[in-house]
Amino acid sequence: MRWGMKLERIVSRIVIILLLACGAVLVSMPMVWMISTALQKQGAAAHMPPEWIPRDELTMDVNGTQCYLYDIPVDGQMRRLVLLKKKGATGTFANPANLQETYDLPVNQGKRATAIVLHWENFGQALTQLPFGTFALNTLRLVFFGTIGTVFSCCIVAYGFARFRARGLNLLFLVLLSTLMLPGQVTLIPTFVLFQKLGWYDTLLPLIVPSFFANAYDVFLLRQYMMTIPLELDDAARIDGCGPLGIFWNIIMPQIMPAVGTVAIFTSLYIWNDFFGPLIFLRSKENWTIALGLQSFNALYSRQTQLLMAASTVMMLPCVLIFFFAQRLFIQGIVVSGVKG
Amino acid sequence: MQVASKRHLTMGRREEMWAYILVSPWIIGFIVFVAGPMVASLIFSLTSYDIVHPTVFLGASNYARMFTGDPLFWKSLRVTMTYALVAVPLDLLAGFTLAFMLNAKVPGISVWRTLYYVPSVVAGVAVAILWLSLLNPRFGIVNWVLSWFGIRGPGWLSSTDWALPALIVMSLWGVGGGMIIYLAGLQGIPTTLYDAAQVDGANAWNRLIHVTLPMMTPIIFFNLVMGVIGTFQYFTNAYVMTRGGPADATLFYNLYLYQNAFNYMKMGYASALAWVLFVIVLLLTLLIFRSSAAWVYYEGQLRR
Repeated sequence: MRWGMKLERIVSRIVIILLLACGAVLVSMPMVWMISTALQKQGAAAHMPPEWIPRDELTMDVNGTQCYLYDIPVDGQMRRLVLLKKKGATGTFANPANLQETYDLPVNQGKRATAIVLHWENFGQALTQLPFGTFALNTLRLVFFGTIGTVFSCCIVAYGFARFRARGLNLLFLVLLSTLMLPGQVTLIPTFVLFQKLGWYDTLLPLIVPSFFANAYDVFLLRQYMMTIPLELDDAARIDGCGPLGIFWNIIMPQIMPAVGTVAIFTSLYIWNDFFGPLIFLRSKENWTIALGLQSFNALYSRQTQLLMAASTVMMLPCVLIFFFAQRLFIQGIVVSGVKG
Repeated sequence: MQVASKRHLTMGRREEMWAYILVSPWIIGFIVFVAGPMVASLIFSLTSYDIVHPTVFLGASNYARMFTGDPLFWKSLRVTMTYALVAVPLDLLAGFTLAFMLNAKVPGISVWRTLYYVPSVVAGVAVAILWLSLLNPRFGIVNWVLSWFGIRGPGWLSSTDWALPALIVMSLWGVGGGMIIYLAGLQGIPTTLYDAAQVDGANAWNRLIHVTLPMMTPIIFFNLVMGVIGTFQYFTNAYVMTRGGPADATLFYNLYLYQNAFNYMKMGYASALAWVLFVIVLLLTLLIFRSSAAWVYYEGQLRR
């Protein structure tokens, strides 16, 4: 009986691992394909089945013409020869080191020789077709100011909601929570008109300024975190002569750094990836973000898959790197917002 | 909050002043960027506002036209609802299944977690461009994978029947985001509950149905609500990959609203669309909330 249960557990665990492995292969495939395609020469993406390892066919210059190298058996021995001429099914092959040494062989017995070649130049080419340097600078500006604004304003507001008592404050907090479910479209058009009237259309301001006025999501997350800090710490600081701002700065802020990190990371990623906001507010190319640049690059170079993949890789890279360096904060943020939300 | 209130009762007025000073950034933001614009868009929705021509008050005729004379409105609503009804439950089920498998004490849990989670840290245009290639009927690896099983893949984004399913398949790639949340929830279920169930003679299936699922319903509920709301914000993929096509097969509600507002400059009509969207989301949320009494289990309920 016991032995049977043990066996059952082992078998079920093996089945689970096999299923997980199959899923993991499928889920990883898109990114692996993207990176491998980004390093291939033009046209390689149109191979079926896909080529996972970037390979180039080897050629050799023979009197000014590029001739393919073949791996082909000669008298039962594999040799690397250069194909000089092809006549029907037979080709004239020569020893690359000594072109006088020729053989007439059926071409279909050999295979074109290849070597692994990583086309790193795709990245340079992709990123210079459009002024991606300018786009990157604009995006980083948005990320920098947007994140500072969000962290700063949300911490202060969350502190107000977490540590103070005032008439109507609970009601205000409910209003704040209800805006979590408000679809952004209801406020979109008047906000757009407002920024246009202010003369901020086609500047970065509409994408930065609102972040200095806090948002429900991050205020909620930070407030929940602040509630876990013992009030005794506040009292001790108060006895030492700290005012509300002193307590905020000396007691609360140092304690909530993990939550601040989570908010900062998610805000940065959101702004980095945002497409809708920049699409609406930014018109001239010198104000574009990477997301806008990439979208226009896609429209212009839809045939150059290797360049598109190189550019996409560059845009995804910071997100993946941040994830690996701050995995703990990441997972914590997801969990707090999804489980306790 | 409760504890705080008892201790700081004496601070009284000063405390109230500080509370309002501290939350004032949000109050100002709420008035300027939320409440004000909401009222304004309701007013816009009753007019012919289009930035260029003089604005005329139309009453409810924007709404009347939407419901009786605009097949694209209905089309976009159908596309969005189809996606919400298929993709949201599908992603939920896939994420939950993965989390459940990971929770079975398999070795290398952090490696699996990372492998599945990485695709959901990337988003936006880059992902859309990548999937544009993956879904290519001839050279894309989606159809290549299908061919392993002898399936001849469809034309995906170029086919009116398969363009929306293509986007649903694509949404499964981000399944790791939900998985992480469910995994945390599963790990938070006290083991004593399982021990008690085992003593009562419950097998693995019974434990899933009577312990795991009830304990997970609040999390499932929250993610269901957020998923449905999120579908009504669906934009980037539809804009970059299909522009709503072919033949409006992927004309998501938000994309149609964008086109009205910023391509045709029909700001009044777009505002009406936004308000209808708001009411739909509100009704759906209420519906899920109402139904939640029947199927969401909160631990605190027992103790009351």
